[in-house]
Amino acid sequence: MKHYDLVVIGGGPAGLAAALAAYEQGIGNILILERDNQAGGILNQCIHNGFGLHRFKEELTGPEYAGRFIELVKQTDIEVRTDTMVLELDENRVLHTVSPQHGYEAIQAGAVILAMGCRERTRGAISIPGARCSGIFTAGAAQRFLNMEGYMVGKRVVILGSGDIGLIMARRMTLEGAKVLACVELMPYSGGLTRNIVQCLNDFDIPLYLSHTVTDIRGKNRLEQVVVSQVDEKRNPIPGTEMVFDCDTLLLSVGLLPENELSRQAGVEIDPRTNGPVVWENRECSIPGVFACGNVLHVHDLVDYVSAESEQAGKAAAAYLQGLRPEGPEIRLKNGNGVGYTVPQRFHKGAESLEIFFRVRAIYKNAAIRVMDGEAQIARFKREHMAPGEMETVKLPKVLLDRVKGDSLTVEIEESTVGDGSPVPQA
Amino acid sequence: MKYDVIIIGCGVVGAACAYQLSRYALRVGILEASNDVANGTTKANSAIVHAGYDPLPGTKMARLNVRGTELMGALCRKLDVPYRNNGSLVLSLSEEDDAALRTLYERGLANGVPGLRLLSREETLALEPNLSPELRGALLAPSAGIVNPWELCYALAETALRNGAELRLSAPVTAIERQEEGWRLRTPKGDFSAPYVLNCAGTLSDRIAALVGDESFHIRPAKGEYFLLDKSEGTRVEHVIFQCPSKLGKGVLVSPTVHGNLLVGPNAAPSDPEDTANSAQGLAFVRSSAQRSVPGINFRENIRNFAGVRANSDSEDFIIEESSVAPGFIHIAGIRSPGLSAAPAIGEEAVLLLRQAGLELKEKAEFIDSRRRVRFHELSEQEKNELIAQDPRYGRVICRCETVTEGEIVAALHTPIPPVSVNGVKRRVGAGMGRCQGGFCGPRVQEIIARELGLDPTEVLMDWEGTWVLCGETKGGAAQ
Repeated sequence: MKHYDLVVIGGGPAGLAAALAAYEQGIGNILILERDNQAGGILNQCIHNGFGLHRFKEELTGPEYAGRFIELVKQTDIEVRTDTMVLELDENRVLHTVSPQHGYEAIQAGAVILAMGCRERTRGAISIPGARCSGIFTAGAAQRFLNMEGYMVGKRVVILGSGDIGLIMARRMTLEGAKVLACVELMPYSGGLTRNIVQCLNDFDIPLYLSHTVTDIRGKNRLEQVVVSQVDEKRNPIPGTEMVFDCDTLLLSVGLLPENELSRQAGVEIDPRTNGPVVWENRECSIPGVFACGNVLHVHDLVDYVSAESEQAGKAAAAYLQGLRPEGPEIRLKNGNGVGYTVPQRFHKGAESLEIFFRVRAIYKNAAIRVMDGEAQIARFKREHMAPGEMETVKLPKVLLDRVKGDSLTVEIEESTVGDGSPVPQA
Repeated sequence: MKYDVIIIGCGVVGAACAYQLSRYALRVGILEASNDVANGTTKANSAIVHAGYDPLPGTKMARLNVRGTELMGALCRKLDVPYRNNGSLVLSLSEEDDAALRTLYERGLANGVPGLRLLSREETLALEPNLSPELRGALLAPSAGIVNPWELCYALAETALRNGAELRLSAPVTAIERQEEGWRLRTPKGDFSAPYVLNCAGTLSDRIAALVGDESFHIRPAKGEYFLLDKSEGTRVEHVIFQCPSKLGKGVLVSPTVHGNLLVGPNAAPSDPEDTANSAQGLAFVRSSAQRSVPGINFRENIRNFAGVRANSDSEDFIIEESSVAPGFIHIAGIRSPGLSAAPAIGEEAVLLLRQAGLELKEKAEFIDSRRRVRFHELSEQEKNELIAQDPRYGRVICRCETVTEGEIVAALHTPIPPVSVNGVKRRVGAGMGRCQGGFCGPRVQEIIARELGLDPTEVLMDWEGTWVLCGETKGGAAQ
């Protein structure tokens, strides 16, 4: 069986950054497996700019951002196999792969980095009732048609969900001459970045209907109308609030799901909150020698953060291969009031420092993030504004970690002194 | 164009008739209104091979159901159609249900259903641990099973075509004239004549009958809605799980599919013949009803909803007979559940009726009676390698959820009935049937269809006529 020290599954931003980081740590025998016909992942279809502000201090397009990493990989002897699908991964880090060039091949990996990214939730996942006509696309599929294939998917558009891809597509479709009639969001706040609301909706006078959803789809062949209704606090449609939009296209931007079918198959423990692997502070999964990073681990807002996280995983995989393992008792991270999930989910008490990534469950103004060791508060971070659409992060230095007494820490939100911390609808 | 027999409609019933007739030295023509076969009730139903205890003894429905189910396994093996003989359970959840189970059991015995057994609560739970705590017992029917209904239709129709039958797609029959020798059928694809006609037009078969002045029956279309859940829920049950039929209808079933998913449905409501929309109320009903039998179903794993329309009629039984006002015009109509199960036997019955009506039948010396298609993910490592070495397109996975390769898609596009739509490809090879529902592979499938069939990508449809996907190039133009 062919052997590589490190096999990275996925040649998107996560996989590329992880492989490079491991290479820089001296790992020579690295293979990246990419199922599409080129590396770069979803960035290849993200032709808008705004990538790299944190990392490169400049505004790049998606392909430009990916290109920088692809160029760096080309300067190494990291092997990249495109058009290659991993059919199976087992707990002994054997990968069963298939490609036109190499046929069916089993590969033994010393360490594995999971970097498969995520997929979009579909109409079926949220059971939107109505006709089974054409004209209903996930926003990402429509983006591929426009930006990769060069074809328009419709002329009059309604967008369900205010996730970032939906917002980006509202602007993209408008620039291509389509009329975007509305962006409809079930929740009382947007799921996307504020900058995208401003630049993709407000700048083009596209109305955002918060606390609304699509309640009917009409059309014998192609989509003809969607019905949009207001929802109550329990997210149930309110009769009598129906608005009918004449349109030929409905784009869905209703959430992303990490793609962990391979991870599950291998027996990697999955966190039901993130739908991604449960990881240690070095992004190692429940199976030793298997690491995860990027959107397969949890859905990120910015690729810059994906790159940073992936470099951490790459370094950790290199350390693993060099026989260096993190030590110290296990401490679990628990989700307290207002916290939807944390990554990592656990860490070793001896860790040098700990950066905790998490999402809040509602909009908070003038609130604080508290890290609790049992009843004792070990850190508190003030925040003017927090929203589920924007990932939060806090960093705990070693001196604090060394003082932890219990076997778990809880991350929680201390609610606003002004309001009650309940969701504040966005203007 | 002149034929000996014309079949109107190429759902599974029309295809079964075509398959049986293609054994004989006959010119057989099939006229299908849609742009693909299997595009009506055949593509949207429960996909169950019923054992045959439901229909009343002495009916055509009872006889053809039991016979069809008996034929199904061997037929599917010959034609390479996914089929699993997993048996069915009708649950008793109340005292009333206990009595209903006994009635079904006795009816099944009268209909000649093999192997029926009444099970105690414990025996049932030993077979199916995820059933309701209200469970009292069940009727086990070991001959029941599950099948891929549209692939059965493709296999039957393709085999008929390989044996010389001819198919016209997008050829709805708009008028029928009586001629000296039989019938002239007008369609947008031209006129077609034959002394014998089989009316297999499903939910529209009464409209076809009316074209020859036969108003003896009426179709009462009834829509049923479904949930199709991810494979992660596919092992929730092993058997087809029915509830007892009650005044409210036959009840909602929970069943694995031959693809490994979980199917839940249907409800029943009067509808238009071609109305396949889902309703919030219908889906809510299906969901809560199913939870009565299998409480643990995780509906968050739903990947698709759909609806199918049953060709129910104002007759209690299948309508399989020569028209009383139109000689040589044979109705095969009102084929509601268990129509899929009965289809193989209905094909035999059609031959019999044609013979009785005076058609001379001479068996062909050569009859192709088998079909194979590559299912890449089912092959061994060695077979995979051999295949990729022959044709590297089998090494390129297009649908990542269902592991469908470019080679399989290309092969489907060069079968006797090539799909012309993204969903046509989906039904033939499974690309887009998985959890991402074509989110990733849809654009690539679209591109492959356009390339292989020599179409512009804007001409490739989602499904039936009018379901366009792309409306033109972007300002920057199409990628080269």
